[in-house]
Amino acid sequence: MATYCDRCGLAAAEGDHTACAAARELEPPRFCPACRRRMKVQVVPTGWTATCVEHGVLTS
Amino acid sequence: MPQILDRARARVLEGGAGLDQAEILEILRLPDEDLPELLQLAHDVRMKWCGPEVEVEGIVSLKTGGCPEDCHFCSQSGLFASPVRAVWLDIPSLVKAAEQTAATGATEFCIVAAVRGPDQRLMDQMREGVKAIKEAVDIQVAASLGMLTQEQVDDLVDMGVHRYNHNLETCESYFPNVVTTHSWEERWSTLKMVRESGMEVCCGGILGLGETVEQRAEFAAQLAELDPHEVPLNFLNPRPGTPLGDRPVVEGKDALRAIAAFRLAMPRTILRYAGGREITLGDLGTREGLLGGINAVIVGNYLTTLGRPATADLELLQDLKMPVKSLSATF
Repeated sequence: MATYCDRCGLAAAEGDHTACAAARELEPPRFCPACRRRMKVQVVPTGWTATCVEHGVLTS
Repeated sequence: MPQILDRARARVLEGGAGLDQAEILEILRLPDEDLPELLQLAHDVRMKWCGPEVEVEGIVSLKTGGCPEDCHFCSQSGLFASPVRAVWLDIPSLVKAAEQTAATGATEFCIVAAVRGPDQRLMDQMREGVKAIKEAVDIQVAASLGMLTQEQVDDLVDMGVHRYNHNLETCESYFPNVVTTHSWEERWSTLKMVRESGMEVCCGGILGLGETVEQRAEFAAQLAELDPHEVPLNFLNPRPGTPLGDRPVVEGKDALRAIAAFRLAMPRTILRYAGGREITLGDLGTREGLLGGINAVIVGNYLTTLGRPATADLELLQDLKMPVKSLSATF
């Protein structure tokens, strides 16, 4: 399970992230779910990549 | 039938002339029960003056985030506490994005950068990128790089960029509420240079920024005066950390009314569904818009947010018997 919400960057176990999960259907992740660093995100017409300096690359 | 629809039928559908600002406002004030008739009229106008083809486009961000401007809707401004970080797309990835866009049947590929205006590094990247795309894939290249100098306009023409996007975003009277780091007139000035260069002008904006219905009519009339080749119509998708991050999304029926109104203001333009349609109108709304004046779509993802899969839009076009505009039809 992710430690942090990848949309808002707050602790995943605290608070309600239902709205974040719904929004994520039309957004790429912005925060690393492991360390909450802001990721470098590149959106392209058919997908996205999100890079955390510590934890590497996530792809759609 | 409301009198304004009778007038619109005679003037726009039969005569091919757009409505004026006062008439657009009447359209925007029509009650919900007149919406089906309004959408049908807008669709008839589109079919008569533009035809059944739909222009399909993909867009990509060449330079994301870190923008010095303060457009209050934009998550790419470096002035707001947005989670969007600055990132550059490399040339091989740019070409791959163009190839994937072309594979959907799209004829347009727009390269966008979050900048006030391009610096030499960005212009160099554009020259290299456009050349590489043209060598690899058969697609028209458009650009959106903010405000330009005459020299930069000339350079883009020389590169083979055929259309330039520069949105006015909203009407002149509301613009200072949305952007304070540059003026509406500065944007108009770039558009004038683009027009004079021979590049096609692409200019639209975003609805739902807090403008009144009167200002929405003002905006449609100002766009009609500009007479752009294409008008991309966005609906605000409130972005976290931006000054407009808590604004409500445009109500679906208001969005459809606006689409029809913009079509009746500009019967011959390419009116493109752009960002925000998914959250404002949902899947059904895409269909209703295409049957209410829209004749172009951005397929796939946007610059920092995601869209419907391209296949969903293409299947819808097939279902509606609206052919995708071919590349040969764009010359």
